[in-house]
Amino acid sequence: MTFCGATTGLEPPLALLAELTHRCPLRCAYCSNPLALDPASRELDTAAWCRVLDEAADLGILQVHFSGGEPTARKDLEALIAHATEVGLYANLITSAVLLDRTRLERLRDAGLQHVQIGFQDTQPAKAELISGFPGGQPKKLEVARAVTDVGMALTVNAIVQRHNIDRVDDFIDMALELKAGRIEIANVQYYGWALKNRAALMPTREQLVRMDERVRSRLPELKGRLVVDYVVPDYYAKRPKACMGGWGRKFLNVTPSGSVLPCHAAETIPGMSFDRVTERPLADIWANSAAFQRYRGTDWMPQPCRSCDQKEIDWGGCRCQALALTGSADNTDPVCDLSEHHVLLADIAAEDGGTAEAPITYRSFSLL
Amino acid sequence: MTDGVREEDRVRLAPGVMLRQDRVRGHWQLLGPERVLILDEVALEVVRAVITQPPGAQPPVTVGAAIAALAAQFDAPREEIAADVLEVLGDMITKGFLTR
Repeated sequence: MTFCGATTGLEPPLALLAELTHRCPLRCAYCSNPLALDPASRELDTAAWCRVLDEAADLGILQVHFSGGEPTARKDLEALIAHATEVGLYANLITSAVLLDRTRLERLRDAGLQHVQIGFQDTQPAKAELISGFPGGQPKKLEVARAVTDVGMALTVNAIVQRHNIDRVDDFIDMALELKAGRIEIANVQYYGWALKNRAALMPTREQLVRMDERVRSRLPELKGRLVVDYVVPDYYAKRPKACMGGWGRKFLNVTPSGSVLPCHAAETIPGMSFDRVTERPLADIWANSAAFQRYRGTDWMPQPCRSCDQKEIDWGGCRCQALALTGSADNTDPVCDLSEHHVLLADIAAEDGGTAEAPITYRSFSLL
Repeated sequence: MTDGVREEDRVRLAPGVMLRQDRVRGHWQLLGPERVLILDEVALEVVRAVITQPPGAQPPVTVGAAIAALAAQFDAPREEIAADVLEVLGDMITKGFLTR
C-alpha cells in the first residue's frame, strides 16, 4: 500500500461520508448538497456500494456515515449497514427521520447500525416547516428520535442553526435532553451549496450570534457528562478558519451518489477539478494519488500568508470551497482568517446579509437548474 | 456532572459505543457516535475491567469491583490502581464513551 509510505507521511483516512442518494422529501434551504443533484438513475447500486465499503475498511477507515440526500430513501440501506458492520466499519446514519418508523429502526439496528443523527430545523413545528418546506416533519422527527433510544441506539440531535432559530438554542438543548440524546451538534449553517444561495435569508446578525454563544457556553458545565456538545462556530464571524474536514485529504473522503470521490462534500464547486470514480479506480489509489486529493493536501500548495504561518498545520489553510465562494479562487487563504487580505469581505457580507429583513427562500429542488 | 466518580457507581459503555482493535493501525480503541478514542494500555485494561462481568455479578459492574479486579490482575496496591481508574473513567464519562 502506498498510502502510509514513510516518504509521504500520508495516514489512512478515518471516515467515509457515503452519500447514498440525493433524493430527499425535504427541501431545506441550507442543504449542503450541490445545486446540480445526481438523479436516481445515476446512483451506485448495492454491489458497487458494498465494494466501496470493502475497500474503505481495507484502507483503514473506521466509521461510515450513511448520508444523502435522505439515505433511508434507499431500500438497500439495511443491506449496506449489514455489510459495513461485517467488514468492521462503525455505522452512523445521518437522516431527516421523516421516512423512518420503529419497525425499520429495529431492522437497521439488527443490521448493525449504532448511531442515528437526526437533523432538526427548529424546535417549533411551523418554523421548522419554513426551512424544510416539508409539512408535518417535526412531530414525526420527535417520534422517531424517541424510538431510536428506545430500541437501544445512540441518538444525536443535529440542531442546524440560522437566523430564524438561533434565538432558541436553549430550546434545542432542552429538546436533546428530553429525547435522551447522548450528543447534540449545534451546527451553524455553513454557506455552501443551497445555503450559499440562501445566505441572505439565513445569515444571523452579530448580536444574535453573541447571544447564542453566551447561552451555549453558559449551559456547558451542567451538560458535562450528560450530553456531548459539538459546537460549530459560525465562520463568517470568526477570526481563524476551521481545519475544514480536518485538512484536505487528511482524514475524510466523500463518495457521491454517482460514485465520485471527493475530499469534501462541496469540492465539486471548485472549477478545474477532476474527480475519480469508485467504479474506475480503487479507493486506496484514489486516496493516495488522485489529482483532486493531492491538489490541496499538506502545505505545499499554500499561498502567503499561510505558507509562513505557524498555524498552517493546525487549520491547514481553512476551507477551499469557502475561499472560492468568497474570493473567487480556491487557491487563496480562507478569508475567515483575519490575516487574509479578503477578510474584510466577511464583515461586509455578514452585515449586509445578516441585516436583510425578509429575504425570500429558494427551496432545494431537482428542477431549479 | 462527572466530578467524583465513586466506587459504588456502576459504569458501562454508552449506547452506540464499542471496543475494537484497529485492524490497520493495530491499536485498541473505543468507537462511538462520530468519534474515536484511542486507548493506551492502562485505559484498555480499565475498559475491559468495567465491561467484563465476573461470574454471578449483577451487570453493570461497580467501579469498586473493577478496581479490585485490576489490583488482583496486576498484583498492585489497590489505592494506586484506584486513583488511575477513577481518573480514566471520569474522562471517558465526560467524553460520552461511558455512562453511569
